[in-house]
Amino acid sequence: MLHTFVALVDDKPGVLTRVASLFRRLSVNIVSLTVGESEREGVSRMTIVAEAPENAAHRIRASLYKLEIVRSVDEVGRSEAVIRELCLIKVAAGPNAPHGLHSRSQIFELATVFRARVVDLAPESIMLEMTGSASKIEGLLQVLREASYDVLEVSRTGRMAMRRGHHTSRVLKALGTQPAAATAHFPSRPDEDDLPNQFAE
Amino acid sequence: MNANNQNPTLTGSEILWATLVGEGVTTVFGYPGGAILPVYDALRKFPIHHVLVRHEQGASHMADGYARASGQVGVCMATSGPGATNLVTGLATAMLDSIPMIAITGQVSSKVLGSDAFQEVDITGITLPITKHNFLVTRAEDIAPIVREAFQIARSGRPGPVLVDITKDAQQAMAAFDFDAAAPAPYRPHPMLRAENSAIREAMELIRAAKRPIIFAGHGINQSGAEREVIEFAERLHIPVASTLLGLGSFPASHPLSLGMMGMHGESWVNNAIQQSDLLLAFGMRFDDRVTGNLASYAPNAKKIHIEIDPSEINKNVKADVALIGDLREVLSTLLELIPATGWDRSSSDAWLKQINASKGNEAVRDIINLPDNGHLYAAHVIHDIWREAVAAGREKDTIIVTDVGQHQMWEAQYFRHNAPRTLVTSGGLGTMGFALPAAIGAKAACPEKDVWVIAGDGGFQMTAAELSTIVQENLHINIAVINNGFLGMVRQWQEAFYDKNYSCSPILSPDFVKLAEAHGIPGAHITQRKDVTPAVTKARTGSSAFLINFSVEKEDGVYPMIAPGSALHEMVRRPNPLIETGEDE
Repeated sequence: MLHTFVALVDDKPGVLTRVASLFRRLSVNIVSLTVGESEREGVSRMTIVAEAPENAAHRIRASLYKLEIVRSVDEVGRSEAVIRELCLIKVAAGPNAPHGLHSRSQIFELATVFRARVVDLAPESIMLEMTGSASKIEGLLQVLREASYDVLEVSRTGRMAMRRGHHTSRVLKALGTQPAAATAHFPSRPDEDDLPNQFAE
Repeated sequence: MNANNQNPTLTGSEILWATLVGEGVTTVFGYPGGAILPVYDALRKFPIHHVLVRHEQGASHMADGYARASGQVGVCMATSGPGATNLVTGLATAMLDSIPMIAITGQVSSKVLGSDAFQEVDITGITLPITKHNFLVTRAEDIAPIVREAFQIARSGRPGPVLVDITKDAQQAMAAFDFDAAAPAPYRPHPMLRAENSAIREAMELIRAAKRPIIFAGHGINQSGAEREVIEFAERLHIPVASTLLGLGSFPASHPLSLGMMGMHGESWVNNAIQQSDLLLAFGMRFDDRVTGNLASYAPNAKKIHIEIDPSEINKNVKADVALIGDLREVLSTLLELIPATGWDRSSSDAWLKQINASKGNEAVRDIINLPDNGHLYAAHVIHDIWREAVAAGREKDTIIVTDVGQHQMWEAQYFRHNAPRTLVTSGGLGTMGFALPAAIGAKAACPEKDVWVIAGDGGFQMTAAELSTIVQENLHINIAVINNGFLGMVRQWQEAFYDKNYSCSPILSPDFVKLAEAHGIPGAHITQRKDVTPAVTKARTGSSAFLINFSVEKEDGVYPMIAPGSALHEMVRRPNPLIETGEDE
């Protein structure tokens, strides 16, 4: 099954290798990985989507925490988070394209339905930009292909995730801004950190 | 260094040594070379003893042996390129056994990094999966804070090796040095540590309900310094203790509650007891495959309480019914508060101990120790006699055995009785042949007042035998027992058991080890009869220099009991009776 991890990591050279190497070592395939700045200076935010058995999540998360450059790891499920992806799609739309010059207006219509935007118009092609869940992006691609459009290029960012609601305190805690006394020896953890039964049927 | 100046300006090399001194380092094992020459040039100004090794792999094992024997962080040093890559086996060995160690490597100048310069290698890339963490330092001002952070990482939580790669220009550049200001941020424990009251309560309920409990003594006892707590816990509750290989010595072998080693070459009564147990209390161990055998049939009726500092070990191989994730000593102290010092109901545990002892009796009678040798020299006898000699001399708790890997390592674990912590230094997780001799140099450097014995096979000894010269240069009194059977013994045993006695490439020719030692200026002796073992051992121990004994032992002897890979713990191959009872094996 797919697991989505959000990791806050140090913004330093080699951090991506360390994270990627961990997944390689555990023999877990990374489906997508996005990295960018977070709300805090010197801290990058990664969203990692990985294909792994259901019971592997705890170990992956615990292992990520063993990397010195990792400050916080959260596993987010579909229901509790907003998960989005950005996609650029280039479609052939010149006179020699499958639907000829008509294709342009049809592509505009499709873009409207899927709430994609036209970001480039060239003599031979149109570029669409779309943000949404992975399934929505796949929906547009499928429609384009089924209608025999010639999809020239696709570039997807991979998923980004953020928990819904108020989780700021948790992030702050992970960043170490909470008084040290409260995190001594056995810091209390929120309920969602309960150890899952790794060997459940 | 100018004592009047608060922040003296030093070269990067001087900062490195000053930081090491500040971290309490007194000994460094290393080998100089081009990219680390500035560091070696600055060494004479600092109160640190440098041990010149003969191969950088030796330096890494020495730092490892130093750390295992003393509990302090071991430090090794090498130049860039091949110097750095030669450390790799030692780093992996330390990683698999969670040994606190710092490796410092020289690197080409930062201006040519990534250009395939002479002796350039991406050692931080190479060692990424076999270090707890590593650093590339390109500026002199970063050396002190990074080296201090490296020490904190190596020591804290589940310990491990850390590599610090320092470019030559950073070694040469000048920077202000302030040891205190370079202190790392306060240590952040792994955020998934948890041993809350509810889990403690559940653990106590399981303990109260158990009729056939066993404590597993792992390496974590040593790492956490929880030896006293474990003894207290076992004695109050009257629970027998089985040990992992790296746990040997953390619970006294001669304690009435001690069962001995578990696992692939564990004694039958230990493994049978585990299979019959209804509660396993795993103290700082990770259920390695050499301990569990086939997981599907492992301890089928037992609940498991797993006390472990690394959350990624929980439920990895064996499902824990209660996981107490934290420092073992702290967790045990919490548990001990809930256990009355006296008056615990022992009726069920007495019956359980009686049952284990009954099953032990039959096997113990056939124990090789108690049987005549009929003129043959068995490795098991040799190792057991080394132990007896140390006991007779009152040196048992001051004797450190450093083993290599293979049959002799298992015989050591079975027949040398470790009654004190840190008296056995052995490569468990990685199983690194060639470990013993260099690791013993590290152990002796850390504990000069102790008797240090190398026990190595003829194969593994030849892998790092060049370090004999280091022993002489350092004038170390290390006793060396080569268990010489003319085979890569464990390989031969597996070929006997699983490959139809096809001894493919396992017979090995060796030089005359006594003459080899002699060429280094080390005296030695050949021993072929059991009656000569103890006198030779005494001679080695009481001499004034290193001593090598070549024990020509039975060629095709096996380590038993043995659990075949993939078999259940109770499906062990017992000692073949004819071998033992008649001493005939050929």
